[in-house]
Amino acid sequence: MALNASLEGLNRDYTERYGFSDPEEYLMKAPKGLSHELVDVISRYKGEPDWMRAFRHEALDVFLAKPMPRWGNSAMLDAIDFADIHYYVRATDGQGKTWEEVPEGIKNTFDRLGVPQAERKFLAGVTAQYESEVVYHSIRDDLTKKGVIFTDMDSGLREHPEIVKRFFSKIIPARDNKFAALNSAVWSGGSFIYVPPHTRVEIPLQAYFRINARNMGQFERTLIIVDEGSYVHYIEGCTAPTYSTDSLHSAVVELVALKDAHIRYTTIQNWSTNVYNLVTKRAHAHEGAVVEWVDGNLGSKLTMKYPAVFLMGARAHGEVLSIAFAGDGQHQDAGAKMVHLAQNTTSRILSKSISKGRGRSSYRGLVKVAPRATGCKTSVECDALLIGEEARSDTYPTMEVAEQDVRVEHEARVSKLADEQLFYLESRGLTPDQARLTIVNGFIEPFVRELPMEYAVELNRLIELEMEGSVG
Amino acid sequence: MNDQLRIPVLSLRDVHVSIDGNEIVKGLSLDVFPGERHALMGPNGSGKSTLASALAGHPAYTLTGQILLDDQPIHDLPPHERARAGLFLGFQYPVAVPGVQVATFLRLAVNARRGREVPIREFRKELQAAFEALDVPGGFASRYLNDGFSGGEKKRLEILQMLMLQPRFAVLDETDSGLDVDALKVVSEGIRLAAGPDAGVLLITHYQRILNHVQPTHVHVFVKGRLVKSGGPELATHVEEHGYDGLAEAA
Repeated sequence: MALNASLEGLNRDYTERYGFSDPEEYLMKAPKGLSHELVDVISRYKGEPDWMRAFRHEALDVFLAKPMPRWGNSAMLDAIDFADIHYYVRATDGQGKTWEEVPEGIKNTFDRLGVPQAERKFLAGVTAQYESEVVYHSIRDDLTKKGVIFTDMDSGLREHPEIVKRFFSKIIPARDNKFAALNSAVWSGGSFIYVPPHTRVEIPLQAYFRINARNMGQFERTLIIVDEGSYVHYIEGCTAPTYSTDSLHSAVVELVALKDAHIRYTTIQNWSTNVYNLVTKRAHAHEGAVVEWVDGNLGSKLTMKYPAVFLMGARAHGEVLSIAFAGDGQHQDAGAKMVHLAQNTTSRILSKSISKGRGRSSYRGLVKVAPRATGCKTSVECDALLIGEEARSDTYPTMEVAEQDVRVEHEARVSKLADEQLFYLESRGLTPDQARLTIVNGFIEPFVRELPMEYAVELNRLIELEMEGSVG
Repeated sequence: MNDQLRIPVLSLRDVHVSIDGNEIVKGLSLDVFPGERHALMGPNGSGKSTLASALAGHPAYTLTGQILLDDQPIHDLPPHERARAGLFLGFQYPVAVPGVQVATFLRLAVNARRGREVPIREFRKELQAAFEALDVPGGFASRYLNDGFSGGEKKRLEILQMLMLQPRFAVLDETDSGLDVDALKVVSEGIRLAAGPDAGVLLITHYQRILNHVQPTHVHVFVKGRLVKSGGPELATHVEEHGYDGLAEAA
């Protein structure tokens, strides 16, 4: 019954299910370390236009000049050894359009992760990235016929330079933060999506990101543009082998929802606990547009991620629904940013975190309302659940409201897995494990019900493993 | 009379309960036979609720003595095993568990009690029947457990659980508190339905009121951790008219 009994780690079967690794038989593996020479190598290798190469070099200078952030978990951040990372690794020479075209070892990996199975069942398009490059890509013909573009970012740059040039780095400039700069310098892979006006992509598109090598850095770059009155749901998942040395994942994700467009972006982040996950995600929502970030953070050593929506046009709506699960040795520093720049814009943040054992989770959020952005509404709700005496949760909410005519709601709660709840459930015959799991499932229910059913099932399974066999 | 029937469904033998070194229940022995409904009455602070929680196995309490359910000792079992054996505690203040639907929770509880996976259709049918018996709207099933429930709704849900779990013995802790007359009637009817002719009930209450509906076979007066008087239904009437004062001195 004792609540301070430490619970077993999340993903008790991580090594078996996700944490395995393939032998490294690579076409190209850049030596460890970061330099302008490396940037040239990557850009030349990819055959990029001059403007992109120049952009990379500038970004590297920004990265080198910018100090490490002095907020957040400095001890963990300072432990990153940028000289000890491979910044570019290419495993295959081409991209499969069918899984048969993907080298067998890599295909088996994605099989084991369930990617082709999910694709057959409920996805309209898939990209699978392995190390630095997308190794598999498919999209349903009917979407292509409607003019929907879904490809990897490198192909996007080659095949649709006019769209890419117009939006790339316009939402998140390289100088936005140190890790956005790093990504801008060495980016590779990621997704490029364009949905033409008045087109609903009813079935989700998915990208799966896999790190395999030790001391790997993965820097995918995603750009999604949804034109007037259109809709897309994009899902990303990620895993990596469990190693004793650290890897780095630093993505930049830019979304543009044009007038009355709707983007839902769902992430189930389940990196192994040796991966730093330092990601910048931001959306522009134009007039009447809706952008939703549905963000689940289960894995990684340190995650720093604050999905943002800039509400650029009247009546735009932004939403962030997130859960974070921090076990021993993990710090989930996650949150959201809502920036109201136009009248009658609305936003909602619902952030749930579970810390257990010696895990730590932080909510870091910003809600900003610009002068003259009248009639805005925003609600922020943070819920933290602590399991065990050493678990930790912090909340850093920031509100900058420069307009009077605004409705702001903010609610923050920290609760401990309560003895009285456990006793109530146990008095009905539930074992202590069942009781704990029931309470935790109830806690994350507002998040889980937003997921497609298959992902909800998978998430519940992961949580169940987490709570299973906990000392009673 | 059949000898088998003379085995108490619940037997307490010299039960003492303490918390943080303070003894609250100071030696209680009681036999409840199948079909009997015992009322335990007493003033505030007499230790009634402590007794109820301790019988169900609340970890905060230390209990000595014996609890036999159908002649089997259960005092060393954890709460969930007592429940599976057929003990039910109706809470005075049922706890909210947000995000957990009533039906989801009840299915886990029913499966646990019966020791088998009850097929979903069978479960739904039973749940529907229980809703009707207790005059509860079907929407209850998808609400979150006790979350945002009124006092009366919580008590109805307790009795609904009892009906679904078919306990051998139910301890109902102040189930009548906070109920209006109509709700009281429904709840009393539920208690009668849930506690069949072979089960036993210990109804802990402050007031005579519910006893008019449930009609106890035995009434006990419990003061300062001890039984001070036991008798038939007439004892409840006596308490209602004269209070506990005269009886309390015996403690």
